[in-house]
Amino acid sequence: MTAAAFAFYLFALSTIAGGLFTVVSRNPVHSVLWLILAFLSSAGLFVLLGAEFVAMLLIIVYVGAVAVLFLFVVMMLDVDFAELKAEMAKYVPLALLIGVVLIMQLGIAFGVWQFAEEAESMRAAVTPEDQHNTQALGMLLYDKYILLFQLAGLILLVAMVGAIVLTLRHRSDIKRQDVLAQMYRDPAKAMELKDVKPGQGL
Amino acid sequence: MTSADFSAVLPEVVIAAYAMLALLFGVYTTKDKTAPMLVWVTAALFVLVAVWIGISGQGSIAAFEGMFIDDAFSRFAKVMILLAAAAILIMSEGYMARRDLLRFEYPVLIALAVVGMMVMVSAGDLMTLYMGLELQSLSLYVVASLRRDSVKSTEAGLKYFVLGALSSGMLLYGASLTYGYAGTTLFSGIIATVSEGDIPLGLLFGLVFLITGLAFKVSAVPFHMWTPDVYEGAPTPVTAFFATAPKVAAMALFARVVHDAFGGVVSDWQQILALLSVLSMFLGAVAAIGQRDIKRLMAYSSIAHMGYALMGLAAGTAFGVQAMLVYMAIYVTMNVGTFAFILSMERDGQHITDISSLNLYARTSPARALAMLILLFSLAGVPPLVGFFGKYYVLLAAVEADMAWLALAGVVASVIGAFYYLRIVYLMYFGEERDGLDAGGSPILGAFLMGSAAIMVLGVINLFGVEALAAAAAATLVN
Repeated sequence: MTAAAFAFYLFALSTIAGGLFTVVSRNPVHSVLWLILAFLSSAGLFVLLGAEFVAMLLIIVYVGAVAVLFLFVVMMLDVDFAELKAEMAKYVPLALLIGVVLIMQLGIAFGVWQFAEEAESMRAAVTPEDQHNTQALGMLLYDKYILLFQLAGLILLVAMVGAIVLTLRHRSDIKRQDVLAQMYRDPAKAMELKDVKPGQGL
Repeated sequence: MTSADFSAVLPEVVIAAYAMLALLFGVYTTKDKTAPMLVWVTAALFVLVAVWIGISGQGSIAAFEGMFIDDAFSRFAKVMILLAAAAILIMSEGYMARRDLLRFEYPVLIALAVVGMMVMVSAGDLMTLYMGLELQSLSLYVVASLRRDSVKSTEAGLKYFVLGALSSGMLLYGASLTYGYAGTTLFSGIIATVSEGDIPLGLLFGLVFLITGLAFKVSAVPFHMWTPDVYEGAPTPVTAFFATAPKVAAMALFARVVHDAFGGVVSDWQQILALLSVLSMFLGAVAAIGQRDIKRLMAYSSIAHMGYALMGLAAGTAFGVQAMLVYMAIYVTMNVGTFAFILSMERDGQHITDISSLNLYARTSPARALAMLILLFSLAGVPPLVGFFGKYYVLLAAVEADMAWLALAGVVASVIGAFYYLRIVYLMYFGEERDGLDAGGSPILGAFLMGSAAIMVLGVINLFGVEALAAAAAATLVN
């Protein structure tokens, strides 16, 4: 077994184990930690595939931001996971049925896996030989797929506007900071110096 | 990426840039006080862009290496979408302002949704399709729950969001299967791999999931469950918007996917569409009978109408696509008029959507009742009104494609469906004495109602030439 094959099996197994324990572990905090393991191992798999940019993205975005956010949510929200799980247990037969159907579908798909003859020639974005893939991705995103990139930007804008429209309330019964008024405050007007005589007070 | 590519997307860029400028303008000025003005400016921009697209568009351009297609079909759909959106915006201004719902984000979100719809109908790639669809849907989720203090409106938005996310998931699953088996996401590439008329099983799976996702968006049975609740819960102008422009966009996208990407295997998707069509027509017709709320009734009515439009698509021919386009144009015009009426249903300043409030409406406002009567007859497909010609076209398309059984089912469903339209007419003219509606109402809404009814009558002469335009549009899609 070569080093690459060994690394593949190591990462693949730890990804699966991480995924499995995410689902079965009783403590939700442990679940999130297992999830981080799954993310890290997947990042390893991406490195083996030669997609180091995606691997780094996975670690920075998913482990660094998403998983930590999950952790915060799990710790902050007082959700009774044991009760939730008991509730879920009622649906286990249905879930199993759907799982079996999905596995059968995947089996069918795997059994007849055949690419269209033209598939190889039509591949849209082949990684160029002389570029590392961060550069290649940049060339694709900002050049070939500029339209999709900008549309994705618009979608994020809508998400932002939507969040503000639905949640922001302008309250009139609170005091707000007025930056200009603060800056233009004049010491001569705001302060009054009194000459207090010793032993007298004001 | 050349300047030709950018000139193909220029209408979308103009509207998107306008939306961002309007957003900045709204934030940095008097906020919601500018909203009525923004609504009118947005509507005017839509009309201008529609005229511009209608006049200047020439030939077929595949921009961005085929990811964005600008052809007669997309231009036809875009003009329809823009005009419908402009009409709904103008209609909604008064209603929203009086109920304190008119926030300056409303026209901005509608403008962004329209950009999404325009991208949808021009999609030449599964990725463009998804981007357009999400841009549209996300904006619609927000406007559905615009009345955020109302439980029903919030529920409508949430339901729409969750089910929409589910349908997007199915669509993406289908897209990934399609990509896996065809090796490309470009429609022109997919059709090259399936042109032999015999497609790999995986690709068929992909096709089915894609159709499922799209059927959600056009609210075809059995993927219609969200429609009545969302229609009922959303503010009425938003409901009117849902019933018009997004439906056109989704149907056009449907046509583009099945013809542009899977045009080589018509028989494979024909049966699915025929089934969706029959189920939608019958469920729409039967379930609407028990409805007492006119917005829910319109939801079932739109489900039934989508069934008829799908019938045109199920024919699988260029004439079928033409019939679908004509049907959608007529459907949108009828719905604009009908919703103008629903928006003006008020009692003591309160918006009423209960059908029983229409009792003896003809006595208080005979002109409006007559216009509504024409629209309802047209919705039911009673000859010689324009609505009949819409149905006639799709039935003809089905018969010509050797699907006489489908056409027959359509006729039967249409007869069943006529019942609930006629019941409203009966209530308006021969109902019993009850608390009626206020007479009068906004002149703008009245103008839309009368205009739409007039089109239903005058259009029988030549359908205002829509037929020829739709034929040209269909010819560029199916060849």
